Amino acid sequence: MKKYLPLAILALLAIIPFLDLSSYVMHILVLVVMWSVIGMAWNILGGYTGQVSFGHAAFFGFGAYTAGILYQNLGISAWWGIPACVVVLTALSLVIGYICLRLRGAYFALATLALGEICRVTAENLVGFTQGNMGIMIRERTWVDKTWYFYVILLIAAITYIIIKMVMESKLGYYFVAIREDQDAAESLGIDTTLYKTISLCLSGVLTGIAGAFYMNYMGYIDPSIVFPLYDLSIVTVMVVMVGGAATYWGPIVGAVIMVFLAEEIRSLPYIGAAHQTIFGIILIFIIMFLPNGIVGDFRKLLRPFKAKKGASS
Amino acid sequence: MAQLELFLQTLISGFLLGGLYALIALGMALIMGVMRVINLAHGDFMMIAMYIAYWLFTFFGLDPYLSVFVAAPALFLFGLAIQKYLLTPVMKVESILPHNQVILTVGLAMIFSNLATVLFTGNYRSTPVSYASSSWYLTDYWQNSPIELSLSMPWTFSFVIAVMITIALWMFLTKTDTGKSIRATAQDFDAALLMGVNVNWVRMVTFGIGLVLVAAAGCLFIPIYYLYPALGKQFTNVGFVITVIGGMGSTEGAIIGGLILGIFESMTATYIGMGWAPVGRFSIFVVALIFIPGGVASLLRRKRLGK
Repeated sequence: MKKYLPLAILALLAIIPFLDLSSYVMHILVLVVMWSVIGMAWNILGGYTGQVSFGHAAFFGFGAYTAGILYQNLGISAWWGIPACVVVLTALSLVIGYICLRLRGAYFALATLALGEICRVTAENLVGFTQGNMGIMIRERTWVDKTWYFYVILLIAAITYIIIKMVMESKLGYYFVAIREDQDAAESLGIDTTLYKTISLCLSGVLTGIAGAFYMNYMGYIDPSIVFPLYDLSIVTVMVVMVGGAATYWGPIVGAVIMVFLAEEIRSLPYIGAAHQTIFGIILIFIIMFLPNGIVGDFRKLLRPFKAKKGASS
Repeated sequence: MAQLELFLQTLISGFLLGGLYALIALGMALIMGVMRVINLAHGDFMMIAMYIAYWLFTFFGLDPYLSVFVAAPALFLFGLAIQKYLLTPVMKVESILPHNQVILTVGLAMIFSNLATVLFTGNYRSTPVSYASSSWYLTDYWQNSPIELSLSMPWTFSFVIAVMITIALWMFLTKTDTGKSIRATAQDFDAALLMGVNVNWVRMVTFGIGLVLVAAAGCLFIPIYYLYPALGKQFTNVGFVITVIGGMGSTEGAIIGGLILGIFESMTATYIGMGWAPVGRFSIFVVALIFIPGGVASLLRRKRLGK
């Protein structure tokens, strides 16, 4: 039964466009699926390999700009950005990995944070190449309807899920977890930690970049402050995974559902809407203090009060 | 001659900026050394201090330099509370993800900068003090000087006060009992615990002092800079870049790193362009990570050992 659960959910999601939902609801669903791709990608590096990154906006933005620049400067469809991303993001991940992976723990997090900011400032200043703060706009959209976008991102999400499942059930996955649990012990057992951390970073970077390239195609407009922000992207990515549960298959997906709906709800409230980052910050602190392994990871802990009540009544 | 003049002027302003940067980084390095936590809300605490100074100036006409005496104690108490009620409890929480405390400080940073935007709007503010644009000129003192250099008055005041605070901190760390406990905890946590140092208290005090330093930096910055809610992030970046250049948790390293960064940033701004200054900041960060991962502190140590 459990084996078929992902398939069942995928099938369920695939028939959603036939329900004739409003364009706004479809937009939110597309965002949910996109954020779960980003969350799953972050989870490879942060959750399984234990290298917490505060700079995933760099990968996302690079992906988006790869697609955007192909369209703007070469005049070909921005969809080519998705295959192009694989090459560009692998190269970027290798560079970032070379610089950052020699650092451990919190320093790695800091270095990625700095690289994310470097990417933003560079994109703002290289006006000739990236159009700077003017941003890149796709003048002719592929589809007006959101249905096909939904299917595209659903396909990306399904592939991401399968890749993660396959990787984590192979030797590679065990290496990742070994590195997270104790890097020195892993090294002493003959695991080339730098190599495997780099592999993990590349996987994570490429998948995030693909989500970025999709975003470019879907939204049709990007500028440095949309695709490279620290709080609204890098930190929200960490939150998606933390709310759902790090190092779980379903965590990022649950986290994405909660965070996207929450973000949309809070932003649409009058007065409080402007303070959405404050509310996110409070949620983040709450999660760290009381549910450090997220909703999926601490599911039993969440159920405990209900179970105790049941026991008392019976 | 004009080239030389420009170069020297850039050097001077870089040096003055570096002194202030060093003050920000000192607080961060202190917290880092004792708690092994990078306080990513550091710049936002500075932003809070700057708002305190700003409102004191606007409502009571208090000179920004004097508001140090209000902002610093306020942030000290704030720091004690944050350490006691947020950071210490999180230390005990078991989770898969490491660095919970760092992520917590990110959460705090988000809250502060966003609340400041909501409460005070995103407008740029400054304190128009009477001496804001006065400066000393070299030609006033040396009539026939071949080059003309100027020294801005508020920048110099800020720099001198920063140096004084640094000296006071150094006295505190080397001469007092609490200071010695802080250094002992930074050197070896377990040994300090065994020697009877109340480690939790030391942590609280350290966090408080870190915030006092950054509050002072904020009050010194406001006469020469402008204030807006998102300013925190920029100075947090400055802080941790210096901490890495200087060597993690080293106070001497933080001072030298601050000066290096200040001068480097001034140079990038003058010779490449204002917008590129942050890129310069981060590229020096990356270069430091690759070539001197231990920071300036490791170079100093090597020299002291005579290798």
